[in-house]
Amino acid sequence: MIDTNLAATRVRRNALMALALGAMVLSGCHKKASAPPPAPLPSTATESVPTATLTADPASIDLGQSAVLNWRTQGATTVSIDGIGNVNLNGTQTVTPSASTNFHLVAKNDAGGTTEANVRVTVRVPVAPTADTSNQGDMGPEAEFHRNVQDVFFDYDSYDLRADAAASAQRAASYLAAHPAIKIVIGGYCDERGSAEYNLALGENRANAAENALVGAGVSPTRMRVISYGKEKQFCTEQNEACYQQNRRAQFSLDR
Amino acid sequence: MSSRLSKFVMIVVAFAAFSRYGSAQDNVFTGTEKGVDRIRVAAADFKPLSADSAALKATFDTVLYADLAQAGIFDLVSKSLLPQLTPGAPSEMNVTQWSVNPTNAAMVAFGSVGIKSGRLIVNGWLFDAKNTQYPQVLGKQYAEDANDNSAREIAHKFADEIILRLGGGIPGIAETKIVYVHGGSGSKEIWMMDYDGANPHPVTHLGTVSLSPRISPDNSRIAFSSLGREGFQIRVFSLLLNRMVAFPAAAGTNLSPAWSANGAQIAYSSSRSGDPEIWIADANGSGPRRVTSFRGPDVSPVWNPKTGSQIAWISGRTGLPQLYTMDADGAGVTRMTDGGYATSPSWSPNGQFLTFAWDRKYGPGAPGGQDIYVMEIATKRWIQLTHDTGRCDFPSWSPDGRHIVYASNAGGRWEIWTMLADGTQRHKLSANGANDMPNWSWK
Repeated sequence: MIDTNLAATRVRRNALMALALGAMVLSGCHKKASAPPPAPLPSTATESVPTATLTADPASIDLGQSAVLNWRTQGATTVSIDGIGNVNLNGTQTVTPSASTNFHLVAKNDAGGTTEANVRVTVRVPVAPTADTSNQGDMGPEAEFHRNVQDVFFDYDSYDLRADAAASAQRAASYLAAHPAIKIVIGGYCDERGSAEYNLALGENRANAAENALVGAGVSPTRMRVISYGKEKQFCTEQNEACYQQNRRAQFSLDR
Repeated sequence: MSSRLSKFVMIVVAFAAFSRYGSAQDNVFTGTEKGVDRIRVAAADFKPLSADSAALKATFDTVLYADLAQAGIFDLVSKSLLPQLTPGAPSEMNVTQWSVNPTNAAMVAFGSVGIKSGRLIVNGWLFDAKNTQYPQVLGKQYAEDANDNSAREIAHKFADEIILRLGGGIPGIAETKIVYVHGGSGSKEIWMMDYDGANPHPVTHLGTVSLSPRISPDNSRIAFSSLGREGFQIRVFSLLLNRMVAFPAAAGTNLSPAWSANGAQIAYSSSRSGDPEIWIADANGSGPRRVTSFRGPDVSPVWNPKTGSQIAWISGRTGLPQLYTMDADGAGVTRMTDGGYATSPSWSPNGQFLTFAWDRKYGPGAPGGQDIYVMEIATKRWIQLTHDTGRCDFPSWSPDGRHIVYASNAGGRWEIWTMLADGTQRHKLSANGANDMPNWSWK
């Protein structure tokens, strides 16, 4: 009897959550839609001079990674890119430069009109912590940060670092050592069970445990800020252990 | 139920239902209140003195009846058993009509409601139905602006007069307020409502997550915890100035403020030292000093309102959160709960009991759930007040000690509920969900 009631409650709650999730997805889409649309290509009125654009995605990569060049031309008959040679009028090309490279595109038409386009792919070479200071302003893309500085997960009602967490803290510390400009916020989170006030205190202990691990690995505490969110900002809203585990974490993010 | 437990049930029931014989002096441990009947009170429909007062009279009658029913100390006669009479003045009152069966009332409240030149005039009396010679116990006249809210207020005041007279001298709670957290789209604000759930309205408009509202003993300020760029900080809202007032920010996470009984100090949880501990500061935030020093979460302090010199709080120093008490200087730490997951204490106004939320078999797949409990501090004996009504949390004692307000997700949505301190007469105060963390005003 009780079980049935619980199940019914759970179903209802899940439905609500699905709704909320739907709303979040919708609002997310809305945000993307509001991004400025790609600039319309100029009309073919200026036939004597072709137009050309050249972009790289991502614009900066780690050594050994690839970037995709993407070019669009209009009114051109031959298009060439230095180091690659003649290419299609519109196209894409994956490149894996070993050092930062300027890609130079030349578009020509029969009338002799010429247009150039440039893009720079920055290649980050791992450097020792004491390496050149020109790198200091480069915080790196968010994705790279999260690849190296991974969230720390905790056991049920515990704020002790697990073995896997200690290892990932070590990795995070070496990444942070290589990028001295990065400052981070450590957010403490709890799953939805338990009581709100206690969870906020527990989240604080979790975030502090993660901070202490980084301090122990040599990261200066002045580069870190700790905020406990308790169960107020749930990452995952389903009621199962997998989801609870997602929420029981210390999350690292760039402090901007 | 063991006999020991059932004995304790009786004690708590007796405590909750102070009769006119019960008082602080008549010690709750003696059990002398056992078997004392609740006073049987009849609340007559008041007499409308003018046709235009009918709507306000209906409000007044409803609110007065509900207040007396909620008081927890009366056997209120059902309206269907009342004589078909609306005496509007003592001259129209024949108490023998009310003392005989089926009404069989010991006391009868009656009077009149009228509107005179824009003013709502209410005359109310309380008569002893068994005393035909000198029946009057109470006579009151009220005059307010003629609107629905005034009718509610007057009914609350008159009900509190009756409760004060018949309830062992303990002031009623019909004029008290409840502050709570109401969730909106992405934010949580502090809201306030009457003790019966009427007039819910927002207090803060901060657009962030605000939690743990606690109203000051003089009803002038609300302290709470609010999420800012640097994490949760203690904030204070002045109900007199109707705006935020300063409270200094501190490093770390600052949570769960609690006013001392004299309103001069605030205890709260702060992690400025790197670990959440209980701190005490003056009411304006100056002179903060640490009281606890033990690794692990320390949170949710509450003062003993009777003595002002003890604090109960929740600590995770041994693992799962447990209920502890200590002196306000940090000495004499005593663990009160023997296991499970205990949170959200509130201290009874007479200083003898703690109510808190407890999940006694905590863990994945464990039976039972989070319910409201009351513990007698001297003996650590406890009684469970809620059963199988969803998750319950954040109990807060009413100033008369007879009621407890709490939050529950019974029915799938978090709402504010109230009950007598023995767990009976449960009913929901809020609606539409996302209502949490109630705190009862001190008067």
